Amino acid sequence: MFKLSKAILAVSLSALSLTAMAQSLPGVGRTALPKEIAAWDIDVRPDFKGIPKGEGSVALGNKVWDEKCASCHGTFGESMEVFGPIVGGTHADDIKTGHVKALWDGSEPKRSTLMKVATLSTIWDYINRAMPWNAPKTLTTNEVYGVVAYILNMGDILPSDFVLSDKNIKEVQQRMPNRNGMISELGVDAEGNNFKKDQKIKYDMWHARGKGDIQAKECMKDCIKKVEFTSTLPDYTCTAHGDLSQQNRFFGPVRGVDQTLGCNPHPSLAELDKEYNTPYKAKPGAKLAVVSITKPASVEPAIAETTGEDLIKQYKCTTCHKMQGKLVGPGFNEVAAKYKGNDKAVSIISHNIKNGIGMMPPHGHIKDADIKKIAEFVLTVK
Amino acid sequence: MSNRYKPGRVIKAPENFIDSSLSQAITKDGLNEERRDFIRKSFVAASAAIASTAAVAKAAAFEGDPLILNHTDYDQTLGLPVASNPYGVPSKYETNLIRRESPGLTQVGGASVAFAPLQGLFGIITPSGLHFERHHQGWQDMDPAKHRFMVMGMVKNPKVYTMDDIMRLPSVSRIHFLECGANTATEWGNVAVPTVQYTHGMVSCSEFTGVPLSVFLDDVGYDKKNAKFILAEGADGSGMTRTINIENALDDVIVAYGQNGEMLRPENGYPLRLVVPGVQGVSSVKWLRRIEVGDMPYGAKDEVSHYVDLMPNGMTRQYTSIQEAKSVITSPSGGQVLVGKGFYNITGLAWSGRGKIKAVDVSTDGGRTWRRARLETPVLSKAFTRFNIDWVWDGSPALLQSRAVDDTGYVQPTINQLREVRGTKSIYHNNAIQTWRVADFGEVTNVQVK
Repeated sequence: MFKLSKAILAVSLSALSLTAMAQSLPGVGRTALPKEIAAWDIDVRPDFKGIPKGEGSVALGNKVWDEKCASCHGTFGESMEVFGPIVGGTHADDIKTGHVKALWDGSEPKRSTLMKVATLSTIWDYINRAMPWNAPKTLTTNEVYGVVAYILNMGDILPSDFVLSDKNIKEVQQRMPNRNGMISELGVDAEGNNFKKDQKIKYDMWHARGKGDIQAKECMKDCIKKVEFTSTLPDYTCTAHGDLSQQNRFFGPVRGVDQTLGCNPHPSLAELDKEYNTPYKAKPGAKLAVVSITKPASVEPAIAETTGEDLIKQYKCTTCHKMQGKLVGPGFNEVAAKYKGNDKAVSIISHNIKNGIGMMPPHGHIKDADIKKIAEFVLTVK
Repeated sequence: MSNRYKPGRVIKAPENFIDSSLSQAITKDGLNEERRDFIRKSFVAASAAIASTAAVAKAAAFEGDPLILNHTDYDQTLGLPVASNPYGVPSKYETNLIRRESPGLTQVGGASVAFAPLQGLFGIITPSGLHFERHHQGWQDMDPAKHRFMVMGMVKNPKVYTMDDIMRLPSVSRIHFLECGANTATEWGNVAVPTVQYTHGMVSCSEFTGVPLSVFLDDVGYDKKNAKFILAEGADGSGMTRTINIENALDDVIVAYGQNGEMLRPENGYPLRLVVPGVQGVSSVKWLRRIEVGDMPYGAKDEVSHYVDLMPNGMTRQYTSIQEAKSVITSPSGGQVLVGKGFYNITGLAWSGRGKIKAVDVSTDGGRTWRRARLETPVLSKAFTRFNIDWVWDGSPALLQSRAVDDTGYVQPTINQLREVRGTKSIYHNNAIQTWRVADFGEVTNVQVK
């Protein structure tokens, strides 16, 4: 957020005619008008420059949360189903120290937003510009204050009767559990003060020609005595990334391994250490790889009519819906169960897809015939 | 044919020997009984089918390759006319090399990543349609006639530019890589994904065309005395915002509209994006609509909650933006099988956010000894550099590694060197040396060594 100074305001207004400005690029661009700047200049800095006037209670935030936020983030901001958790892992002591202990003592495997974020401005700014996820920039200023207050209330940082406003937000910043948890290489800390807290920092990951924090050496010969393996892919992940033969060319120096046909179990780390630290002898009956000459599955696609299932992928329904169980919206199986036996199910679902319902936006751009196919498919999901 | 098999040797299946649906890459011991039987039957069926043709009778005596001895459909029929594909597309045989999501990494496609298929790409330019994708709130195909770009803040004359304005200005075309700060993130704690597409595919390299940001900053008369940072903001739902220091902004940052000779692709920010060379990709804000000149960093979501480095003492490093020197062997690489013993061209990519690549060393023995690879030209600052090195595979187990050195003298570290300083809780900025294990049966897998 940049506050217009009187001088700049004056310049902007007088420049409406564009005649008074000495421009280095004549005829290119025009002066931005105050209302245009105000419309786009929505950022809020760590010193809260740019935050609009307003207020929102924990109660208001609770109401907005339940309507527009809980479906992704969980009733208590704890959900990890769609995005990372917002709330959790902070304690009363952290509010005193300003550095979340769970970030280093290993007591909390997950990292919630409240554990990580040093600057309250960041949460306010982000909710204001980008939330709700599927309808960003639709909350009112007071609703943003309310939602921020409610999140802090869920994290036991603010009491239930609190009303957050532009007047008191700087004081609330002083309760942020990880406000002292950031190291900045910009010469300023997270709140914009000169950074002098840790003089031991010698690295520079901000300037291109600076020096990094790790100084490796370029050895060419006898660099290690022994190869020591530390990690291989877990066997259970063998097919997790699909058929790798279909992710490589079917000609050239290599082929992709088709792990859908069976996986080679990985030798243990000890076995690998042994194998790679003793002279190799070909083993009788050693494993043999037969090289795939498979052509891409898509070279000769079967010509089939577009199905409702295809359309669901095409129109990105799966961004918010899973086949089974809730994601952002209900699972298709849940929709099918709800309308089971209802002879108007196809027309109701079609109407809802076209016009939107609840959090789901309208989809007027999809052809009616395609919407009908989608609805019919959804009803078949078990 | 089985008496021709030698232990540890990969047998290349003869062309067209096996029906495509049956000719999957398998390893003899890696199959269960049921599947082995299926394959065996399939081989018999395929052999029988081929044996009934005259071609195989000839092949048995082998007087020559029927593909050479006989005419083909290609050389005896008329081809397609010009402009059959008015916007050309790759051969139908190339559909395996596409952007892919890593299963389970994210829950919603609008806040996700599609990785570039580095395992099959050549040279240093990533085809625009294969450039990796990372969106925070989905992508939009924005009407360029309605796009506006505003430069404001600590400036004498805040201005608005249309695409008409921007494309009239003096342009530059420069080749730069873009790498997501989270590239190779899955490998911080342990090996997690099988191929170079998923370990390293959040990096791509393009020739970008646009106007240096400094041209706009001069045009609006930025406050030379007090300006220290700029904020870049996108026009999409996420309104992506990132802080960039004024030195960088005035140096080589580009307000870009062109990519590899054409306009940007929508997934890469059409019609306008920022390109911040050498810096983690999130700073190269797509669908760029606003630059604000200011005097302190902005603490945006993606510089406080994400794209930061959690250190072992619980402190979080912010604004660790430079993508330090990194390299990876793209072929042979994880999830591949070598087609036989003998000569191979080990090939890969190296890049540094601090400048040019000075050297790439390659080891085939897990880091005991290293050899200098050939760097192919051009070798450009903050761009991909392609390296190649000869290798004769004798059929014994190997461990392939590459190590980049940039012109600041920085040497790409091992994963353990990174962990010694930064611990294992980090997510971002993993530029460790990658190790590919080649087993004696030719399969290449992702491993980590000390």
